Amino acid sequence: MKSTFTLQSLPELMELLNAIPHGVVLLDTDLCIVAMNRFLEAMTGFTAHEAVGVYGDFILRSNLSGNDQFCKKVLEDGQSVVRDGNIINKSRLIIPIHFTISRIVKEGRPTGVLIVLEDMSALQAAKVDYLGSKARSEIIGHSHQMEAIFELMAVLARTDASVLITGETGTGKDQIAEQLHKSSSRARQPFVKVNCGALPEALLESELFGHVKGAFTGALNDHVGMFRLADKGTIFLTEIGDLSLQLQVKLLSVLDDQEFYPVGSSKKVSVNVRVIAATHRTLKEEVLRGRFREDLYYRLNVLHLHMPPLRERDGDVRLLLDYFLRHFSEALGKNFQGFSRKAIKLLTHYSYPGNVRELRNIVEYAVNICQQAQIDVEDLPQFVVKPPPQVPRQPAIHAQSLTSSIFPDSSAARSISSWAEVEKQKIMDTLKQTGGKRSEAAELLGWGRTTLWRKLKKYGLN
Amino acid sequence: MKILITVRGDFIAPRFDLTAEVIVATCYDHQLLEEPRSIILSEFSAEKMCDLVLKENINVVVCGAIEEKHYQFLTWKKIAVIDSVIGPFKDAMELAVINTLASGSILPGANLSGVTS
Repeated sequence: MKSTFTLQSLPELMELLNAIPHGVVLLDTDLCIVAMNRFLEAMTGFTAHEAVGVYGDFILRSNLSGNDQFCKKVLEDGQSVVRDGNIINKSRLIIPIHFTISRIVKEGRPTGVLIVLEDMSALQAAKVDYLGSKARSEIIGHSHQMEAIFELMAVLARTDASVLITGETGTGKDQIAEQLHKSSSRARQPFVKVNCGALPEALLESELFGHVKGAFTGALNDHVGMFRLADKGTIFLTEIGDLSLQLQVKLLSVLDDQEFYPVGSSKKVSVNVRVIAATHRTLKEEVLRGRFREDLYYRLNVLHLHMPPLRERDGDVRLLLDYFLRHFSEALGKNFQGFSRKAIKLLTHYSYPGNVRELRNIVEYAVNICQQAQIDVEDLPQFVVKPPPQVPRQPAIHAQSLTSSIFPDSSAARSISSWAEVEKQKIMDTLKQTGGKRSEAAELLGWGRTTLWRKLKKYGLN
Repeated sequence: MKILITVRGDFIAPRFDLTAEVIVATCYDHQLLEEPRSIILSEFSAEKMCDLVLKENINVVVCGAIEEKHYQFLTWKKIAVIDSVIGPFKDAMELAVINTLASGSILPGANLSGVTS
């Protein structure tokens, strides 16, 4: 054994190593074991006495593809390496390990390698529990629909695939996305949220992919872009249904290759980003209407999570009412004794078109308005007490149903698939009805004559 | 009796599940019957290794670290597993042929420095 450590220093060194609460092994320049602490003895099942002088990899038995490859590299360049892996001990137990491999230098020359093995099994077991509990900690619901969502979330958090979250406005899509990120292995990395509907197309491209100085007028500096900001983390693209077709193409290529060109740059940028997308639209129908690329839809729809609207969540309204009442009472320093029976009846029978967001606002309103100990009907907003006449809900207007309602007896209705065609057909039918008189047709359509003229020109009906 | 040894270079592979090469030897009455043959595996997989052991009608497996579930599977299939063996595979084979190799043995060659992977 060609050990470069002096024997006099070993007992002191062993004392030091034994004080460390992790497995520690010291290898010489031939990667044979010079010393290992008691913690590692317990971890591997080999005693230091039998391990000393043996090639390190034979004792550690890690899955770091040829443990010696890392050690040799560390010995050569001196750069410490940190890796997650596992070892199999003498009791045939597989132990998850966080390895830290560092070089030891004495008098300017490398004398060995120090490997610290951190047992991650307790942490991993805790993480499994944490994933289950954390996934639902900030999302409230005990209906079977939400239980199914929580179960699915625990699975989705463990993968790296794209997730598409759909659901009506106010159902908590953003919360779900954030929780998915926090529960995933990327939790320590950034979570970047981009609202695709909030910015104009040109600006959004620059926001998402960044730009270089001078790419366009006003591009005075380089801009990193959201994708690069979210590198190694998660990017959450909310209202993805509002993304322009041009940007959809670019997004698709990023999802496929994990590479893109920032605006005005000829240098390709590589990123490692998990994409979570959300929309209140029905993307499948947007695809049928030609507003959303089919290939991007299938690329995003790897894992699909649909948030049920509040009116379909059995028993959750009461739970959320109590939760938000407690929350706002504490925030305002008030002490309420809940809702009156009448108020509860009204609130549980309300349809909540704005879902949880609306419910939250109703409770916040009531808590601020109420002067008694119990919230009653008069403390609730008027739209809850006297709801306006109900307009039939059309969360996602289906092209076919729309056209058939506009043209109940039109034979063309079935084949119409876009609004442009619907509008064109509507103009044609009205013109037929008025015998070609444009001013009458404009009046029937509720447009000005110039608007009708412009649309006739647009659709080539002159 | 057929012996299978998981190898890496001239040594017993440290991990059963990360082995790319095995040596299969046939012996009778404490002597090798033929030149041991080497089998190169296309990928690392403990499951495929277990399949190979069954397919080759192996009686004794000599390896380094093996997971409990694979150990249990092989012993359930009436295959003797001598695990946690460290050292040159040739020495291990000689000892296995004469039936004196035990689990956890660290053979003298393992102390040699300059082992290549």
